[in-house]
Amino acid sequence: MKILVPVKRVVDYNVKVRVKADGTGVETAGVKMSMNPFDEIAVEEAVRLKEKGIATEIVAVSLGIAACAETIRTALAMGADRGILVETDVDLQPLAVAKLLKALAEREQPGLMILGKQAIDDDMSSTGQMLAALLGWPQGTFASKLVFENGGLTVTREVDGGLETVALSLPAIVTTDLRLNEPRYASLPNIMKARKKPIETLKPADLGVDPAPRLTVLKVVEPAKRKAGAKVGSVAELVQKLRTEAKVI
Amino acid sequence: MNFDLTEEQHLVADTVRSFVERELYPLEQQVERLGDVPREMARDIQRKVIDLGFHAPNIPEEFGGGGLDHLTFALLERELGRTSMALNHWWYRPSNILCAANTEQRERYLLPCVRGERMDALAMTEPDAGSDVRGMKCFARRDGDDWIVNGTKHFISHADWADFVIVFIATGEEARGRKRITCFLVDRGTPGFDIRLGYNSVSHRGYHNCILTFDDCRLPASQILGEEGQGFEVANEWLYATRLTVATMSVGRARRAFDLALNYAAQRKQFGQQIGKFQGVSFKLADLITSIDAADLLTLSAAWRLDRKLPANREIAQAKLFATEMLARVTDEAIQIHGGMGLMDDLPLERFWRDARVERIWDGTSEIQRHIISRELLRPLGA
Repeated sequence: MKILVPVKRVVDYNVKVRVKADGTGVETAGVKMSMNPFDEIAVEEAVRLKEKGIATEIVAVSLGIAACAETIRTALAMGADRGILVETDVDLQPLAVAKLLKALAEREQPGLMILGKQAIDDDMSSTGQMLAALLGWPQGTFASKLVFENGGLTVTREVDGGLETVALSLPAIVTTDLRLNEPRYASLPNIMKARKKPIETLKPADLGVDPAPRLTVLKVVEPAKRKAGAKVGSVAELVQKLRTEAKVI
Repeated sequence: MNFDLTEEQHLVADTVRSFVERELYPLEQQVERLGDVPREMARDIQRKVIDLGFHAPNIPEEFGGGGLDHLTFALLERELGRTSMALNHWWYRPSNILCAANTEQRERYLLPCVRGERMDALAMTEPDAGSDVRGMKCFARRDGDDWIVNGTKHFISHADWADFVIVFIATGEEARGRKRITCFLVDRGTPGFDIRLGYNSVSHRGYHNCILTFDDCRLPASQILGEEGQGFEVANEWLYATRLTVATMSVGRARRAFDLALNYAAQRKQFGQQIGKFQGVSFKLADLITSIDAADLLTLSAAWRLDRKLPANREIAQAKLFATEMLARVTDEAIQIHGGMGLMDDLPLERFWRDARVERIWDGTSEIQRHIISRELLRPLGA
């Protein structure tokens, strides 16, 4: 089974993001960029499936500027076999990403696509779901466990209030939650091997997709500063404040 | 001139950095408190590094090591330098000098080190022979095919963790009275050879210095690394490049201290504004980052010269001198920016400040580096 894993280049999770002075977005100039952490989990899961003999090939895909090749190279160093970069300077929104991934899925015919449940930059959490709808494939989102049996896939999902288990037929879309696995570090031999693995570069037009944005960003602002909390002297006072001030009980 | 790193070099540096931040930073407080790295913790770190294929990254691939070139190795060490010597030691880099081993010694010393089964230490310094290495008193006299060793070595880093020690010993005198120096491999447990903990140092808690004593210790000639009387030749060939380690690690640690100071300057408010807005603080930051970048470039360019087999003696000395003096300034000013809080052990700054002190002393003092640099300049002029 071939697995396609999209990986997104985002501001590193350790960086404290700042809004650009003109309010059009987040400052990325001179900022350390890394693979979206949920996508690292997706790559890790694919590599584990290959190690178990369930997957035969892992293709890492990234969409965006030329520098996204670095993100693909990281996936290759973790154990993916080859990469595809769809290069564009257009600011890609989830629908455009889903359309591009659909075109790639039709071209590559994977048995499974594993995506991060969301990217830590815009937190949209919609690409996987849109992609499943466009392809007409079953989806198991927010996965914390995957089990392959009888030619199908059972996905444990982290939902409000507990765990839900769904059975999917293949091909399918899975999006990863935090607890699915703990991604590995790239090993030195794999870093050296990654250099020799191929990365194919395409343009959106090669896939017949118009990636133009459909949404307009009006403005981006810093989150409101949290107000200082208050100390209470006793449980009784706390309960009273919860009743009269916070009005939650 | 190309300042670009390759994708592999970026990946190596990023991987080491992530490992250090996630696996080693959380252990630092415990190591500081204990003044030691518990055996379990040490073995756990080493096992993880072996699993990553990153063990012995400096040793050529033909001996099972990582085979990194000097520049990539410098990037790796720069990231390792972010954490304490006691912890980063377990990302084990066997002494390069072991590559001078003959076939039989290779099986007994180099290869087990690469596999993580044995560990080396290196002994040169003596109580009466610091910068004046050739003034060493530790002496071996010939007895048939064997050598009988007497003397003392001190300040021997991590010898308490070592299974064997690479020891430089005088084995006679040449015509002009210069001592002949020979390099020996000495196993722990050899009769007449003792390793014991040395002094409590202000720098690098948990990374111990040891005292070695030889009391009629008998070593067969097969324990000589290289040739008898050729100790410094072996050292110059193989230890030459490792002197850069102190410089690379200083750069990594300085960046960590600087990042703390930078963030603090952007957050801490006094007199109604962030302290970074006061020129007294902002100009400090400007000077610090300039000296860190300068040290980084000196260090990487020395490594680059080694890879191209260009003369690098002066460049390595310059990198070591500049980077260690830079680290002293950066850690000192990082504390100044933090004020009183910088001195408290809740933050790692007081530790960086203490640790920085030894960097200007070991592996050749700043004065010895200046001597090397000026000698390279003046010697061709006959001075």
